[in-house]
Amino acid sequence: MAKPGKTLEIRTSPHILSGYSVDTIMFNVVLALLPITAFAVFAFGLAGLLTLSMALASCVLTEHLICRASGKPTTIGDWSVTITGLLYGLTLPPSLPLWMVAVGGVICVAMGKAMFGGLGYNTFNPALVGRAVLQAAFPVALTTWIPSFGAGRFSSLPSSTLTLPFTEPTVDAITSATPLALWKFSQEATATGDLALGFTSGSVGETSSVLILLGGIYLIARNMMNWRIPVSIFGAVAVLSGALHLMDPARYASPVLMLFSGGLMLGAMFMATDMVGSPMTSRGCYLYGALIGLVTVVIRTWGGLPEGVMYAILLGNAVTAHLDRWTRLTVFGTRGKEAAT
Amino acid sequence: MRPMRLLGLKTFRHGVHPPESKDETSGLAIRQFPFAPLLIVPLVQHMGAPSLPVVEEGQEVHRGQQIARADGFMSVSMHAPASGLVRRIALAPSISGRMVPAVYLEPFPGSTQEIEEGTPCPLDTASPDEIIAAIQDAGVVGLGGAAFPTHVKLKIPEGKFVDTLIINGVECEPFLTTDHRVMLEQSGDIFMGIRYLLKVTGAQKVIIAVEANKPDAAAHLREAFPGDLDGSVEVLPVKYPQGAEKMLFSALLGREVPSGGLPLDIHALCCNVATAAQIGHLLPRGQGIQERVITVTGPAVKRKGNYRIPIGTPLRFLLEHVGVEEDVNRVFLGGPMMGAAVSSLEISITKGTSGVTAFTDSAAERTHSQVYPCIRCSYCVDACPIFLNPSLLGMLAANEEFSTMAEEHNLMDCFECGSCSFVCPSHIPLVQHFRAAKDAVRKAKAGAA
Repeated sequence: MAKPGKTLEIRTSPHILSGYSVDTIMFNVVLALLPITAFAVFAFGLAGLLTLSMALASCVLTEHLICRASGKPTTIGDWSVTITGLLYGLTLPPSLPLWMVAVGGVICVAMGKAMFGGLGYNTFNPALVGRAVLQAAFPVALTTWIPSFGAGRFSSLPSSTLTLPFTEPTVDAITSATPLALWKFSQEATATGDLALGFTSGSVGETSSVLILLGGIYLIARNMMNWRIPVSIFGAVAVLSGALHLMDPARYASPVLMLFSGGLMLGAMFMATDMVGSPMTSRGCYLYGALIGLVTVVIRTWGGLPEGVMYAILLGNAVTAHLDRWTRLTVFGTRGKEAAT
Repeated sequence: MRPMRLLGLKTFRHGVHPPESKDETSGLAIRQFPFAPLLIVPLVQHMGAPSLPVVEEGQEVHRGQQIARADGFMSVSMHAPASGLVRRIALAPSISGRMVPAVYLEPFPGSTQEIEEGTPCPLDTASPDEIIAAIQDAGVVGLGGAAFPTHVKLKIPEGKFVDTLIINGVECEPFLTTDHRVMLEQSGDIFMGIRYLLKVTGAQKVIIAVEANKPDAAAHLREAFPGDLDGSVEVLPVKYPQGAEKMLFSALLGREVPSGGLPLDIHALCCNVATAAQIGHLLPRGQGIQERVITVTGPAVKRKGNYRIPIGTPLRFLLEHVGVEEDVNRVFLGGPMMGAAVSSLEISITKGTSGVTAFTDSAAERTHSQVYPCIRCSYCVDACPIFLNPSLLGMLAANEEFSTMAEEHNLMDCFECGSCSFVCPSHIPLVQHFRAAKDAVRKAKAGAA
């Protein structure tokens, strides 16, 4: 029998839990992002490493300092800000001046997350909020790309990286157009193999579709990602761009280019699926994914910018609450009643 | 609506898969438990009015003798769990935390403990109303845990009818194996009980529902199934809360009990397999419930098992008898999903107790986790068997918007299965919020009326 004086604990049922926890889910997302991060450093060398490090450091530090300033225990242990930092870094051009990276990182967490109330309340994906602000503030720097797998990438930096704050970055001698820009401005298609494996220029982490897909499949297998969202995004993109391509192959990009280029893969797998900003019902997720896919193709095809995934996802985040309301599940035993009223 | 299927077996939509933890006791045959030196028989063991004592302090009683009678229709009789002396009739602690009237009974140490037989209720000659009265006299309540008086459920109002009787042997609650053992060891009583139930309800068909983790029980019942009965044994996939009656009707019949309605509205009736066994055992002998089968289990219990335990056995005696580890941390009646933690070991076993589970510090540790804000992961939405949005309800509960929860988000349909809390990665005590909210809504309604 128990020791004398041993007290029993009184708790309410259930007395067992599934074992899933916010921090384990978030940590697994970080794990799924690691191969993509490693490839980004491999592809863009020192520039990629510095961009990612600065993005991560600025996000984590901002969250920590905001927690300290508001007198709460720090929340960096739940790993969610690590995801924000990594994703934000992965969406940036590798040659972006580091001071801009830092400014954007602060905006991600301060404006995208803390201002809305922190984890769970951030309507919009924080990484994309930071990136959107940067895109508006520094449009040229955000659309200047260097080629991947440059010869001296581990020994030298693009001259723009270390630009002093508030000075105009010098444009590198070697710049390179992304596959989407090549298509948009010169109707030039990129080889599918290069697209899938990531031998193209682009943002730090968006280039290797294969690694992004593998990371996503890992999370889906562990039930930490809703597969309906990427599947419906890919479906909507493939259908709309496929129909356009069939009508006029010379003018409209092929569905393969659309799917495997730009930020679509990374956005669909890791940003649109952010639990906080996506709908809770299955039907809501299908609609949300379809909306993001369609808006992406529309912006890419008819918009002024070659890329539109970021705005498409932010728009999806904005309508999530409405989608949840429209797709409310019919409560057990109320089917007949609804028909009667 | 067509019933849903999972790997070829009928089931309901949503639900969760907690670890079953049944292997340690499912193979252990039912064993008789000794009498405690003092039995405390609460007079409130069921939902409804307390029973009225018919014995006096200092009186000697026989095992099986009626010691309290039903106070109206929403009440049942109580019987002496042992031959002995009524020491006193006084208040005793109960699982709810309230003190309830109880009969303190001191068993005679030398007694042979023969069970007193009363007037039998013969299946062939008794009318449905006589059977209902006999079930009330036998003190039968739902043994699955809710302890709702069985005869009340069986009284079919004028103009209603039942076509299918479902005998619930699902036992989806982790750790518990009482129904499993009863199905293996008391099939004769079960089928006898079914005959009484069919006669009372007028149902033509009986379906015995068994979860797929008890293939031996399903096979045994199929073999023992009497040829003259119209019905079948259905195996359902292992999923929680498959044993909730609404989920059973939906899986087996494809019928949904209307929100706020009763199973009678869909012409079905559900009865726990142990309840059916009690009816089949007691009525032909004219006896009343004085013991029941209980699984005593959990990491903190040394001699786990399925025991036939006298009603009124104090929890302290029970745990001392089976042995408890030093680092016992939590004891609850029932299984881990819906069981209620006990605040005192002085409470006693009642008719509704299907299990006693004890956790050690390490087993309980996993529920000490930090509470995070809701991250809208939708695990709870995918788990809720009645399609509520627990995440949204949880936020409304935190703001004490109870009437909104009830009027716009079907709070009152929640039957507190705990699936939402089980899956919540933020460890928000959702079902506890809903219990409190339901209570507040009921009180507000009672106040307004």
